[in-house]
Amino acid sequence: MKRLALTGNEAMAYAMKQSKPDVFCGYPITPTTDILVTLAKYIANGELDCEFVTAESEHSVASILYGASSAGARCFTCTASQGLALMHEVLHIISGARLPIIIGSSSRSLSSPINVHGDHADFMDMRDTSFIQIFSENAQDSYDNFLQGVRIAEEARLPAIISSDGFITSHNLEAVEVLKDEIAYKFIGDYKTPFSILDIKNPITINPLSLPNSFMEIKKSQADAMRQAKKVIPKVALEYEKISGRQYGFFREYCLDDAKVAIVVLGSTAETAQLVIDELRNKGIKAGILALRVFRPFPAKEIMAALSNCKVVCILDRADAYSSLGGPLFVEVASALYKSKSRPILLSRIYGLGGREIDEEMIKNIFEEIIKINKGQKLNEFGYIGLKK
Amino acid sequence: MDLHNLAKKENKITSGHRLCSGCGAGIVINQTMLAAEDENVVVINATGCVEVTTTIYPNTAWNIPWIHCALENSASTAAGVETAYKALKKKGKIKDNIKFIVFSGDGGTYDIGLQALSGMLERGHNILYICYNNEANMNTGYQRSGATPLHAETTTRPWGKNIHGNPTKRKNLTKIIEAHGIPFVAQAATAYHLDFMQKVKLGLATEGPAFIDVLSTCRLGWGHPSNMACQLSKLAVETCYWPIYEIRNGRLRLNYRPKEPKPLEDFIQFQKRFEHLLLPENKKELEDLKRMVSDEWQALVKREDCDRVCMKFSKGY
Repeated sequence: MKRLALTGNEAMAYAMKQSKPDVFCGYPITPTTDILVTLAKYIANGELDCEFVTAESEHSVASILYGASSAGARCFTCTASQGLALMHEVLHIISGARLPIIIGSSSRSLSSPINVHGDHADFMDMRDTSFIQIFSENAQDSYDNFLQGVRIAEEARLPAIISSDGFITSHNLEAVEVLKDEIAYKFIGDYKTPFSILDIKNPITINPLSLPNSFMEIKKSQADAMRQAKKVIPKVALEYEKISGRQYGFFREYCLDDAKVAIVVLGSTAETAQLVIDELRNKGIKAGILALRVFRPFPAKEIMAALSNCKVVCILDRADAYSSLGGPLFVEVASALYKSKSRPILLSRIYGLGGREIDEEMIKNIFEEIIKINKGQKLNEFGYIGLKK
Repeated sequence: MDLHNLAKKENKITSGHRLCSGCGAGIVINQTMLAAEDENVVVINATGCVEVTTTIYPNTAWNIPWIHCALENSASTAAGVETAYKALKKKGKIKDNIKFIVFSGDGGTYDIGLQALSGMLERGHNILYICYNNEANMNTGYQRSGATPLHAETTTRPWGKNIHGNPTKRKNLTKIIEAHGIPFVAQAATAYHLDFMQKVKLGLATEGPAFIDVLSTCRLGWGHPSNMACQLSKLAVETCYWPIYEIRNGRLRLNYRPKEPKPLEDFIQFQKRFEHLLLPENKKELEDLKRMVSDEWQALVKREDCDRVCMKFSKGY
């Protein structure tokens, strides 16, 4: 195993190269452009044999990949924010047609006002597109998650998005352990498509008109595929552990076993929070973290089991759902805990929108609030972190 | 391409689809497929009449591979299929030689799909794009599009006291397509079936993108008797309402140049969408439409003559 100095974007591009796509299609957008240009360089230098299409918009990127994947090609792209939003219509069509296209992303806010920095608005915006959604904490995760994402998507026959925090992870140089090309590709394997639009001898009709007498059954089978994906993810993680030595679950637990107070968080903030936990633990406070990795399929049962012994849990959201019900992750965790017999008190805190800094001090303050609530004090269920007065 | 023999051939699209009786789009598809009979063809279809009527699940009227994505992206979907073909062919995973044909209405071509089409043409994908142009968004119930002619009545531009049908001239899409510098651009009409089918063959033989805008009558949207599809297609050409021509390597040729164009009334009198224009109080509107047709025609005649002279004096043209 080699150690390379790579940014999150470069780590993902490296994993893409090792997965040998047949078609890569992209359109530049901050903060994922580096993935696109790194791939372009690999192809220009002959390091990767792949058709490279520079489309005129993200809508066309998604449409081109839809066409290419229907022909049995392994297809990747990268995008974020407005680009992902522009693809939105086609994302539903891709998953409905059960095409395992994989998007490498680094998450960014959505306009307006326009802002190019990291938050999770774009990632959350695609909650209902039936994409497998995996989030990375750091550049190593970006690399590992992408490789696993290819396997998961192709086995579950659903598309996937692998994302990380825009700029914080996408642009930071980190030491990344990469697999040897042959080992990585042996893990990925050749893509075997069950059908192809290029199969002249067995002609098929893709994406026909489905009326009320057939539509529901087709959509139900799509939902079944997402349930099935939940079984594929741990299986692939186990195989990956064997070749990499790194362990992956639906989420990562940090000091959660005996925790009475905890936070649930997605992305790089988990690592910042770890430092705070160490400090709290030194003071004898039983605090922990649930760092979510797989957002779709949502691991509700596993989250319930992991949080049921906590007294107070704060769910940190780097995006708002504007539902007046708290952040999107909060809503999902709350419904996951509905069946729990020992439901903890839940708080929703929104932080880091549009790249707003989050530091240890802020996380310490959150734990102070959580601890106060645990001692019986009443505090707002919904709130913000780092909001200016 | 003898019509009697062609009629006996087994076609790539079967009967039993749900297009209206007397629909022009069905004739477009049929003639295209007969012209492409010797090729392995994959069809990429935009959302629209042809898509909804030929593929009602679990049935399909297509006995060749057929794919649909959405309304505005048939060109980019086709670009994806063609790119995968190139990639897989290079890797030896595909042996067959395959051609790619897009069918999209004018709504999916002139308006919402123009960007995707422009991108596909500019990148030079090896695709024949056929716009079956019935001059409005017919599948949703006759709403105007960028292809709708001046003063034609549509449900979004009805004939009213203040607004007299469509207030704008139709977009000259063929000119826009030509500006991309692609090798083959043409306009066609199904009444001139040999001409249209020859264009399909040329389009398929072209290396790189080819584009044909073919007038497609719409019984419901135009409001004409169902037995008049072919007659109206012919009259559209004879009145110079829909000139048929081709542009190859920069040179424009009119495929039909009447000595004396028939009066426009011959074409519009059978169509409900133009019925107001024949009333004496709407003489000005009729004249406006006639001027639009005449201006477009004169520009084409001038261009053809100019191209011919240029060819004579410059070998390199």
